[in-house]
Amino acid sequence: MNWNRLCAMARKEMIQIRRDARSIGIVIAMPIVMLFAFGYGVSFDTKHIPVYVYDQEQSQASRDFLKRFESSRYFNVVRSVGNYPELVHAVDAGTCQIGLVIPPDFSARLGSGEQVRIQAIFDGTDSNSASLGMSYTEAVAQAHSQKLQLDWLRARGQGSVRAPLSVDSRTWFNENLESMVTIVPGVVAMVMAVVGTFLTSLTVAREWERGTMEQLISTPVTPLEIMLGKLLPYVAIGLIDTSVCAIMAVWWFEVPFRGHIWVFLLSTTLFLTVVLSLGYFFSVVAKTQLAASQISLIATFLPAFLLSGFVYPIDQMPAVVQGITHIVPARYYMAILRNVFLKGSSVFNMWQDFFGLALFAAILGLAATRIFRKKLT
Amino acid sequence: MNGQPQAVVVQDLVKRFGDFTAVDNISFEASRGEIFGFLGPNGAGKSTTIRILCGLLHPTSGKALVAGVDVAREPERVRQNIGYMSQKFSLYNDLKVIENLRFFAGMYGVNQADAAERIAWAIDMAGLTGREHLLTGTLAAGWKQRLALGCAVLHRPPIVFLDEPTSGVDPISRRLFWELIHRMADEGVTVFVTTHYMDEAEYCNRLVLIDRGRIVASGSPLELKLKSMEGELLLVECDQVGKALEALQEAPGVTDAAIFGHALHLVVPDAERAIPEVRNYLGERGITVSRIEQIRPTLEDVFVSLTSLKGRREKEQA
Repeated sequence: MNWNRLCAMARKEMIQIRRDARSIGIVIAMPIVMLFAFGYGVSFDTKHIPVYVYDQEQSQASRDFLKRFESSRYFNVVRSVGNYPELVHAVDAGTCQIGLVIPPDFSARLGSGEQVRIQAIFDGTDSNSASLGMSYTEAVAQAHSQKLQLDWLRARGQGSVRAPLSVDSRTWFNENLESMVTIVPGVVAMVMAVVGTFLTSLTVAREWERGTMEQLISTPVTPLEIMLGKLLPYVAIGLIDTSVCAIMAVWWFEVPFRGHIWVFLLSTTLFLTVVLSLGYFFSVVAKTQLAASQISLIATFLPAFLLSGFVYPIDQMPAVVQGITHIVPARYYMAILRNVFLKGSSVFNMWQDFFGLALFAAILGLAATRIFRKKLT
Repeated sequence: MNGQPQAVVVQDLVKRFGDFTAVDNISFEASRGEIFGFLGPNGAGKSTTIRILCGLLHPTSGKALVAGVDVAREPERVRQNIGYMSQKFSLYNDLKVIENLRFFAGMYGVNQADAAERIAWAIDMAGLTGREHLLTGTLAAGWKQRLALGCAVLHRPPIVFLDEPTSGVDPISRRLFWELIHRMADEGVTVFVTTHYMDEAEYCNRLVLIDRGRIVASGSPLELKLKSMEGELLLVECDQVGKALEALQEAPGVTDAAIFGHALHLVVPDAERAIPEVRNYLGERGITVSRIEQIRPTLEDVFVSLTSLKGRREKEQA
């Protein structure tokens, strides 16, 4: 390998990236746009579920109960309606996700110690929100029942009654259990999977399309020099992109960064080797920019989104799917980033993920050096 | 020159793409320091041959040696010794003139000390002084072509392959380009050039005529003109050229007829006997001949004669 040739190749790629508006857009805008789109767009917290209420009694007791919904950040009591059909219509139209019906004998039954049945209607079209809404609603009702019971006992002179069990919860690494804190490091991994592969998927195909490849392969340059010369600028760009995303995660999304910067950089370099080699591979095989970029988007986006643990926890997937996730390199990087950000884990804590990433880097890097042939077809 | 191998040796070279035979068993040799012209119509197999010689395509069978090295076995060693200019302009349009030159100096492994001098030489040669910092894409075709030549010879290759270097370039640029080719040849560089411009073929030391993958003739331009023509050449100026052409193609004693500018060129076995015959033949059909005389054939005549003869023979065989 000739060092001068490698440098000349890398310098040329750098100049071309700089001159091409589209490349600059992909390099600078795409990671940031994706970070914001996913950082804000993908949220697994259910907050402010819109609720309509049909309070048939409108008593102090029913209002006390409803106040619990109003004061919870999970609910947003939008409106009180005067009849049942109106409530049904709101659920049908999707203007609310929960419809609550308070019976006319609410306080009467409470007073006589009978059980009060409250009707709650959930919009099940989004089963995830519906089931969350259901458990939140039950929790609110539970809490209110407990309070009523205690009031009742206290009124009968049992002043020191206490709930028999109490759990003191503390969530480590994500104290407020905000899904954004786990999502954003995952988004960084996903963004780099897509952007990294996309970036290099254009490089070789562009030379074939523009006809410059014929001149290039008539020179003594070796396939390895071509590959390294084309990938090195993107490794630098990728490291900058990932660092910008990480800084945004900490500074804008307020995700804690507890790990060591070197662990972050090492895992990022390994992951970039994987995705850039993959993109290069697609570029050599596809020979047109359009085909190469489409293959790279499909091959990285969906697996990184669905099978990396980004949306669905891997340990809750069916065994077969869990097996498949092992061939998704983003899975290892995603796990490493989450741990580096939130737990501050060391390389040794995550040696399995590092091993997986290094293995893929070696396989794909090697494949990329072998795929290119200095021949016309 | 003695004891040194030929610059290019091609033996029984065949290249097939599926059912299509692009190069059909050709053999020829090019000596060091000569301008070797590879002449033929589009699709004759010129580019395919040149790409095989540059190690860009693998031959189906046969042998090709460039600077004594087998191109199929050691394409990388061949690439050290050659400069190549492909048919389509293939420098980077989004790079500046100077950046293209620096890039190719890097690719050819020209050492740093030499590179500055060679790049300066190439800029001067291409007439691009003062335009070093223009984007290559903005240059006119003639400059692009000369820049491409400059890039291809930065490493002083002993053999240069130029695939239709002057197509799409204005006549003045073409002449400038051929001056550069001659200058390189004077310095001992072997120039292997393909073209379909017959006037350019006259500038070559030696020519190979290729048609449908096969060599139809070879030799110096003069040899070709003298030997390859089966018969002698007549120039006919007359009215109703189109009608005359149709009539003469059927005429007995006329081997071939073709339009050349405003006149007709006829190939006949014996010029002296044919002149009065043609005049009468056309007169009988109401066509007035204003001038008829024997002329020396140009390469274009030779080429038209050889390729059409070939077509006619095939028809007869069928």
